[in-house]
Amino acid sequence: MDAHVAQLQMQYRNYILSLYQQGFLDDQFTELKSLQDDGSPDFVAEVLSLFFDDCVKLVGNMARALDQIGTVDFCQVGANVHQLKGSSSSVGAKRVKGLCINFKELCEAKNYEGCVRCLQQVDIEYKTLKAKLQDMFNLEKQIVQAGGIVPQVDIN
Amino acid sequence: MAGEVPNLEASKLTALVVDDNFVNQSVHHKLLDRLGIKNDVVSNGQEAVDVHCSGRNYDLILMDMDMPIMNGIQATRRLREMGIESKIAGVTTRAEEEEVKEFMEAGLNDFQEKPLTISKLVSILHNLELYVQT
Repeated sequence: MDAHVAQLQMQYRNYILSLYQQGFLDDQFTELKSLQDDGSPDFVAEVLSLFFDDCVKLVGNMARALDQIGTVDFCQVGANVHQLKGSSSSVGAKRVKGLCINFKELCEAKNYEGCVRCLQQVDIEYKTLKAKLQDMFNLEKQIVQAGGIVPQVDIN
Repeated sequence: MAGEVPNLEASKLTALVVDDNFVNQSVHHKLLDRLGIKNDVVSNGQEAVDVHCSGRNYDLILMDMDMPIMNGIQATRRLREMGIESKIAGVTTRAEEEEVKEFMEAGLNDFQEKPLTISKLVSILHNLELYVQT
């Protein structure tokens, strides 16, 4: 096998493993990958695109709601958090989902400062994940362009 | 069952995905596709009711709980009032006992906590006797 392809494939395996080990992704991401097939070769990328669009929309909604200082509608913030928890859970975005669980409690407690801090963390976390997954897709592209096959990675 | 994905295309089962979240719509649609189950997708309970009013019927409905306009509990009740006998499985991230109880009492046949996976979906099909292993 071409040494360059083998090196890229090893790099890819290690990178994927690190995403799971560092808690960025969980088993649901594995499930998502397993749904991708020849009939829908871009399924994972498409779903992730929907997810990150969702993040932009929901973080924006929450920021606007929290900007209403003194009259913050914590139910509305909580509703958006619930939505984000749902979609992050569906794509295996483990850290984002974890933050949403805390965020929901902060909304229920009407903890304004806590909510603002949590929203900042959510914003950072989804953008970090987006960058990491973009690197993953770039590695996949490099492997294919080098004439190789993107390996299945056993995370267990 | 590990690694085995049943192909139910021959069974000609049909399903309706009721969820307001585009990510979940996409994933649930694909999960059903993978099992060979033809499915439609709507974005809230009112659309689920409307699609049945237009004469469509499904073997299985995957019903989210929290949706705008008409939520899953309201939609389930309404569909049962209309005489819809399809199997309805509630699928939600909410898992508090009281919330699940209210959802079940609205007329669900089964309940699964999100995120949905192939094995959870197969479990729904087994529980609802929509799939018999040969």
